[in-house]
Amino acid sequence: MNSIDKLSYEAALQQLETIIAALESGRLSLEQSVEFYEQGQRLSARCQTLLDQAELKIRQVDDAGNMELGLAPRHD
Amino acid sequence: MQTFSVREITRYIHDLLDADSRLGSVWVQGEVSNLTIAASGHWYFTMKDVKAQLRCVMFRWAAQYARLKVKNGDEILVHGRVSVYDARGEYQLYVDQIEAVGGLGDLHRQFEALKAKLDAEGLFDTARKAPIPDFPQQIGIVTSPTAAAYQDMQNVLRRRFPLVRLILSPTPVQGQDAAPQIVRALQRLNRHTDVDVIIIARGGGSIEDLWCFNDERVARAVAASHIPVISGIGHEIDFTIVDFAADLRAPTPSSAAELATPSQEELWIDLDRLTDRLDAGFESRLADRRQTLRQARRGLAYATPIKAIQPAQRQLAQLKRRLTRAVSHDVERLNERLAARTKALDAANPAHILARGYALVRSEDGDLIRSAGQVSVNQRLTVQLHEDQIKVRVEN
Repeated sequence: MNSIDKLSYEAALQQLETIIAALESGRLSLEQSVEFYEQGQRLSARCQTLLDQAELKIRQVDDAGNMELGLAPRHD
Repeated sequence: MQTFSVREITRYIHDLLDADSRLGSVWVQGEVSNLTIAASGHWYFTMKDVKAQLRCVMFRWAAQYARLKVKNGDEILVHGRVSVYDARGEYQLYVDQIEAVGGLGDLHRQFEALKAKLDAEGLFDTARKAPIPDFPQQIGIVTSPTAAAYQDMQNVLRRRFPLVRLILSPTPVQGQDAAPQIVRALQRLNRHTDVDVIIIARGGGSIEDLWCFNDERVARAVAASHIPVISGIGHEIDFTIVDFAADLRAPTPSSAAELATPSQEELWIDLDRLTDRLDAGFESRLADRRQTLRQARRGLAYATPIKAIQPAQRQLAQLKRRLTRAVSHDVERLNERLAARTKALDAANPAHILARGYALVRSEDGDLIRSAGQVSVNQRLTVQLHEDQIKVRVEN
């Protein structure tokens, strides 16, 4: 379950959609429904956190493939 | 009163002209005069028409790319920036490009020729176009870090989709050696990074400014990129060969950044919608279960053994009632019979007979005497009357 904290936005969103589809199919047992619902809530929270905390990260690549920190982001 | 030195006021004028955006890039048409090609390779000449003249200098590094042979008296187009030569106190045009009048038509022909050639090769085929990912985690940007367009794109990304990581692959985006540098910048991203999409961008400018994006090498590098490429070059009206070679053409750098990313507002709306669906899905599963449970309980109520024994219970109760009725009936009858017997018994009570004047005779042993043969002379007997008794003796 902790691995949710490592998921990218896209991955978390995809899992959330899968879980909703499973819930909506009506083929789950009650225990499974509860489990899926809790998992879905965690995924939704993960997505919200990612959106809330997102800050554009900038790097610069040189010919050798080295990544340097980009110029300090300008807030206009 | 403030006084300036000559140098100071010249510098001021110099800065003033350099800050002017129009003077930074102009095309001027006129007649060439006083042309001198110095030993250094720099060209010095004057452009003039009937009313005015303009000092021009074209340095060697620009002059060597001149595609036009120029002599005094030629009517030509020159491109460059206007600035001040402090030592002489003269403003002049620093020329970086010369064209024959109507020479821009040549550019147009070059453009069409290259476009037709690459098109014939299938470089622009729709089938070659790679899809742009919905959720890029990393975006590579090929542009000049000093360009306003780069700031514009950063602002768009920050506003729309700050989840993304921006990887700049810096390159000049105008000038003679821009094309090979752009090719290198594209290759850097392809070789050394795993960005999900590349934006190749440059802000608006003259057709010459954008010319490196009509370079065959650049167009081929864009087509060869195994990472999807979005082009955002110049303004809406500008079309370059790179635009045709790219997987997706955006009208401007900012809109390229928009096309590369989902918007944060849409993401929030989508996420809210999904979260609602999650809740609703779960609620409806619970409702299903409750419904199933209700049905099961109803079913159970019908199937209960209590139901099965109810008729037996009713029968039993009926029997009990009948039994009670039957028994009480019998008791009554018995009571009646008892009363009758009691009356009969009463009637037969010897005491009642004695009351009517009869007597009982017993021996001293208490035996009832029923005949004379039972007694002998002088035997003592007891005569029992209704209320008392008499002792007697037999005489004969």
